[in-house]
Amino acid sequence: MIFPAPSDLRAVSVSVSASRAWPNRYDIIVFAVLAAAAVAIFHGARGMGSPLTNLDLTPVSLNPANLPNYALRTTLRMFAAIAASLVFTFVVGALASKSSKAELVIIPALDILQSVPVLGFLTFTVVFFMGLFPGSQLGAELAAIFAIFTSQAWNMAFSFYQSLATVPRDLDEACRHFRLSPWLRFWRLEAPFATPGLVWNTMMSMSGGWFFVVASEAITVGDTKVKLAGIGSYLALAIEQRDIGAVGAAVVAMAIVIFIYDQLIFRPVVAWADKFRCEVTAAQTRPRSWAYDIIRRTHLLKRLVAIATRVRDVLPRMLVFAPGWARSWPPPLRIGRLGRVGDRLWLGIVLVVTAWSLWTIVAYVGTTLGLKDLTEAGGAGLLTMLRVLVLIAVASLIWVPIGVWIGLRPWAAERVQPIAQFLAAFPANVLFPFFVVGIAAWNLSPNVWLSPLMVLGTQWYILFNVIAGASAFPTDLREAATIYRLRSWQWWRQVILPGIFPYYVTGALTASGGSWNASIVAEVASWGNTKLEATGLGAYIANATDAGDFHRVVLGIGVMSFFVLLINRVLWRPLYAYAERKLRLD
Amino acid sequence: MTQVAKPVAEADRLVTVEHLRHLYDRGLVLDDVTLYLGEGEIVGLLGRSGCGKSTLLRVIAGLMPASAGDVLLDGHPVHGPAEGVAMVFQSFALFPWLTVLENVELGLEAQRVAPDERRKRALAAIDLIGLDGFESAYPKELSGGMRQRVGLARALVVQPKILLMDEPFSALDVLTADTLRTDLLDLWLEGRMPTRSILIVTHNIEEAVFMCDRILVLSSVPGRVVAEVKVELPHPRNRIDPAFRALVDDIYVRMTAREAVTPAKEGAFPGAGIAMVLPRVSSNALSGLMETLAAPPFGGKADLPLLAQQLHMEVDDLFPIAEMLQLLRFAELYEGDIRLTKAGHRFVEAGVDQRKALFAKHVVAHVPLAAQIKRILDERPSHRAPMLRFKDELEDHMGEVEADRTLRGVISLARYAELFAYDEPSGTFSLENPA
Repeated sequence: MIFPAPSDLRAVSVSVSASRAWPNRYDIIVFAVLAAAAVAIFHGARGMGSPLTNLDLTPVSLNPANLPNYALRTTLRMFAAIAASLVFTFVVGALASKSSKAELVIIPALDILQSVPVLGFLTFTVVFFMGLFPGSQLGAELAAIFAIFTSQAWNMAFSFYQSLATVPRDLDEACRHFRLSPWLRFWRLEAPFATPGLVWNTMMSMSGGWFFVVASEAITVGDTKVKLAGIGSYLALAIEQRDIGAVGAAVVAMAIVIFIYDQLIFRPVVAWADKFRCEVTAAQTRPRSWAYDIIRRTHLLKRLVAIATRVRDVLPRMLVFAPGWARSWPPPLRIGRLGRVGDRLWLGIVLVVTAWSLWTIVAYVGTTLGLKDLTEAGGAGLLTMLRVLVLIAVASLIWVPIGVWIGLRPWAAERVQPIAQFLAAFPANVLFPFFVVGIAAWNLSPNVWLSPLMVLGTQWYILFNVIAGASAFPTDLREAATIYRLRSWQWWRQVILPGIFPYYVTGALTASGGSWNASIVAEVASWGNTKLEATGLGAYIANATDAGDFHRVVLGIGVMSFFVLLINRVLWRPLYAYAERKLRLD
Repeated sequence: MTQVAKPVAEADRLVTVEHLRHLYDRGLVLDDVTLYLGEGEIVGLLGRSGCGKSTLLRVIAGLMPASAGDVLLDGHPVHGPAEGVAMVFQSFALFPWLTVLENVELGLEAQRVAPDERRKRALAAIDLIGLDGFESAYPKELSGGMRQRVGLARALVVQPKILLMDEPFSALDVLTADTLRTDLLDLWLEGRMPTRSILIVTHNIEEAVFMCDRILVLSSVPGRVVAEVKVELPHPRNRIDPAFRALVDDIYVRMTAREAVTPAKEGAFPGAGIAMVLPRVSSNALSGLMETLAAPPFGGKADLPLLAQQLHMEVDDLFPIAEMLQLLRFAELYEGDIRLTKAGHRFVEAGVDQRKALFAKHVVAHVPLAAQIKRILDERPSHRAPMLRFKDELEDHMGEVEADRTLRGVISLARYAELFAYDEPSGTFSLENPA
């Protein structure tokens, strides 16, 4: 097993000789980009703290000249949220893997939070954060950032926890054998090992985040109406004013933003993370990034890494003066076993707190709502569930054959994979107005025709998982199928469908979860004064949010979480277990 | 005992391959291959890994088209997988989600054989191959040997005229492989198989001599038929029979003495100068083989088949190491023997630092690519050079895969010799010594 130590970090311990310390041409490029980014961040951040009244003085306008500024503000929110998610991941994910007591609480909580429709949170967070910073935009900004955060953090923390829990035994033993301090162990083993999974999950979170950043900028909760400067507000205004040209401009702006961040941030990060993959055999194709090639040739990077390494090495020594718990952070494996009595006590406390929370929610909802409302929400939930299941089935019928065709042809897969990833990152809600215009123009039934909007953004997960599955299908099995001349239905049934099934389940599970979330935005859509509405749980929550009816919002979210958990437990988990058990290619 | 085969009458040729050439990724894999498969014979295609023998088999199977040349099956050109041809895979290629019975029935179902008939024939094949009682098992529940039996049953059940086998026993342990070989030969010799001709691809010389009526020896990069050896020993063949051993030795000689076939050059590797295609051989293996050769019972000289047996190595493992030693002038290969040179003896007797110095001297003198990289690093003021620069240059002469392997090989040599350093993340060579 190759020890996945970050070789870049090691390389810098060799002192940079004087002749090579001068900036080279790559430094100049990177410096220019960094300077531009710093100016942009400063400019954008200044706007965040301005008084709320400024929003009324300079309202969002449809002038395309404002779009770069709006795009910048939206992107900054996005990165603020991803930074918060990373901090959350490192703290909570690490805690869950180190302490069995924390694990007992954190893991089920993450599992449920993953299934909760995050858009529903907006209602409470807006009120809460605006109360924290009265009269300042900061409250609304934080509410938007928090909404994005809630769509990103859980799966990242989960991935980090899982990586830490599955550190290869031999590496773990080596670390213990050499008595690495927890701090050193974290940097030498755990962080590098968890990096590839975390990077992948961060990318998925980013993709999902764009959807929410657009949805959370123009916030209406009861009487509170806020339109933060950003692409989402621009889009909302374009819809209000029925300006299809402006919608087009927003689509283009969004595409450019995603292209830039993909090239400048994610490609380099993926290329960098590749070296942490814990595999002895080299992969066929390495992820490449031109930006990463430039960055790693700079002397600036070497300097920065050298400084970071110093900090990493010096920090634990400074902590000698810190309290004991801080000195041993991150804690060694499995601290704080209290024995059986302690464990039971802890479990008891957790159960009591959970029961109390549940009771509080029921009591809160129950003050104004009765059983009739519950059946109403439940009925709406069934309708939305029907939509989600039908749409996933339809999307599968379309994308599975296409994905298989592409995946079995490496030249095609190479070209299509980045496009599919781009499409998955593109916030589908930006495209909604085009559909709404069409539905209104042809007088189509919103109950049927609004539904496709729910899978518009999530169907790509099915496509690129199927492509990945078909690409990984073993050559010898393909050859055996060819030599025994398996064709048509027999080929699908006995060869390729079982082969891609585990991948397909992963894609369909992600797509299904995303579709539930999207229903809150997709089941109610408007175009100027035209308001289209489909009956369903998404519309139920959206309407309750608009009306500022907190009780119904809580009920709606509760019911939706229940449905998502139910489908996961009854449908996807068993399918997943079946695929793992019977269809594994090993 | 060994002789060039007499031509078989045209009518008895089941498969004919004529002037086959195949290019892959700018490299020539097969060059002007002509061969035939006659009625009632087992033919072995013997060659080292990367000689294109598996490619040749796939072309005959109709799994891939060749760049040029003809493949005729019963006089008809092959386009795609043909009826009457079955294949057994090195990796077994069983579908993990199908039971043994379902795997065996696969080909019959594709031929639209009725379910009852299908079941009957599949059970008969399972019975023939000794898989009774395993019908409902899944492949992952079976041992390697049993899995390959399923692969055989799956092939035989479609009653193929021609059976193609791609290193069918090389993924199995020695004992299991032996049992399977004997069982297959028994079926063949007793006429209990519907098959009229078998083509086996292998890199195992003993296996070829044990099973085949005729052995075609393929050269490496590009693959050419360089020898045809007829085996006329009676079955069952005995591995320690002197005649058997002599035949094995003879084939070893033919596989090492390739200078006679290809134009003479610096070593055994294809290409000349910096365009020489090199294998990736670890420096540990190089010094290990030299030490073994220097020590008793060999005393500096060994018979290759004997050495391979002693070290439990197959030709694929042993040849690249031996040939690298020859290239570095630490050893000489001739007529199936390997002998340490004076430099080789000096290397064995030296200490760690002297060994490295001697090794470095020989690498610079005899591996042109290493010498060139070193020279360029010396000349540049920064003493650095990107790896891609050399890779592009190599790719003018060879395929991408070979270029990559050659560079890795040189990096491995240079690292041991401490000639220059290579930084993987940035892909640069440098003279920096990390110590």
